[in-house]
Amino acid sequence: MTFALYERLLHFPMIRSLFLLFLLGASPLAAQDDLLDLLGEEDAGPSYTTASFKTTRVINGHSLENTAKGVLDFKIGHRFGTVDQGIGNFFGLDQASIRIGFDYGITDRLMVGIGRSSFQKTVDGFAKYKILRQCDDGCGMPITMALAASSSITTLQTQDLPWYSPEQQDYFTHRLSYSFQLVLGRKISERFTIQLTPGLVHRNLIQTINEKNDVYNVGISGRMKLSKRVTINAEYFYVLPGQLREFTAQELAGNPDLGFTNSLSVGFDIETGGHVFQLHFTNSTGLFERAFITETTNRWEKGQIHYGFNISRVFTLVKPKEPKDI
Amino acid sequence: MTMKTIKILGLLVAMTPLALSAQERFATRNGHITFYSSTPVEDIEAHNRKVTSVWDASTGAIEFAVLIKAFEFEKALMQEHFNENYMESNTHPKANFKGKMTGITADEVKTAGTYVVTVSGDLTIHGVTKNVSIPGSVVVGPSGVVKASSEFIVKPEDHNIAIPGVVRKNIAETIKVTVDLSLDPL
Repeated sequence: MTFALYERLLHFPMIRSLFLLFLLGASPLAAQDDLLDLLGEEDAGPSYTTASFKTTRVINGHSLENTAKGVLDFKIGHRFGTVDQGIGNFFGLDQASIRIGFDYGITDRLMVGIGRSSFQKTVDGFAKYKILRQCDDGCGMPITMALAASSSITTLQTQDLPWYSPEQQDYFTHRLSYSFQLVLGRKISERFTIQLTPGLVHRNLIQTINEKNDVYNVGISGRMKLSKRVTINAEYFYVLPGQLREFTAQELAGNPDLGFTNSLSVGFDIETGGHVFQLHFTNSTGLFERAFITETTNRWEKGQIHYGFNISRVFTLVKPKEPKDI
Repeated sequence: MTMKTIKILGLLVAMTPLALSAQERFATRNGHITFYSSTPVEDIEAHNRKVTSVWDASTGAIEFAVLIKAFEFEKALMQEHFNENYMESNTHPKANFKGKMTGITADEVKTAGTYVVTVSGDLTIHGVTKNVSIPGSVVVGPSGVVKASSEFIVKPEDHNIAIPGVVRKNIAETIKVTVDLSLDPL
């Protein structure tokens, strides 16, 4: 703009007063109180919500969290027998179902993991990708959404398979099962996180004609912080009706403990620096999706509760690159 | 005098402080603050390269704003715990400093050289304000760029940062903080 144009504009009273205001506003005297205001607001980029959960599992199932890039998470999961067995079995502590696993963060959004469970000598592997990430600042995204896909294979000897019969061929594919979950949730406040996990478990082999290969289910879970380092967690997996094997009255008369039920777990997370200890009570024995979603047989109301724990220990394998000093 | 001349003069007068301030105010958005915690068990180090600071050489006033979440650690979990458990960065997102720098004047900043300075004022970390006096140095480069640096000690205890027994051996009682700024004329 030329000076002549300024001149002409100044003849309009409105513009003139605006111009004066602008000059006053720009005067350094007005901003003397807070020097930093001179820099104005900076767009620092999105600040993603962290620590929705203490670790990548709520109890049995996946949580909103991923292992960070370059970090290896060594996980041991342990479920004792049911506490209702009394002192003879030391309230279940004589028995154990365990899973040893390694999770690794390839990027901050993609993690992979493998594990081996004593439950039907199963090896499982998974990948979990964060599609959406909740933001505290800078992007307005209210939720985190991740996709978790896993497969598992039992490595039992043929004659040890639960479905073993001498006439039946032991197909490799029969040993496989899959799980797909959408992990949706929000860290509502510093203390409280809630999560919904709709999912599908696909079993290649089913035992009767009345059950389904594809089992739709939905998990609901949450955590509340009791202190900075201790949280209480709960997790419930609801299996939509009519998909799992139903037992007849006759069968149930022979063994009243037959039949599948939904998985319910309640526990505590205790974080101590590099470790997270998860101590909980659950009615599930297995530690991978097919086992705890579709094969939970123990019932809380009958006292068939397992005491269990998970221990997570992280190791930073790849350190983030140091930016060069300016 | 005609109206026109008055207006031109008025404009010139109004613009003068803007022109002056260009030589007396210095600022950065990417200052570098590092802290070190050293114990026999573990050394912890974090870098923040997004420190904002403005210095007014004419009055000596200097201010800092440090986004806590911008501290980067070698270990991701450590960074998470730093924010969640120690600094509580959702409640206290920034550390601030507001004070005065003495030892260099507005005239001296026009000539290249090294100056020993003292910065004193209010340091607010974790919502707790302490009055501090910190030694530092300012180097005025030939191109007019001002580099300021300092090293001082902060005690977590002084700012109500609780360190639980389990990790007491891992986190030092005194944290060494270094500041490195490259300030440009504003």
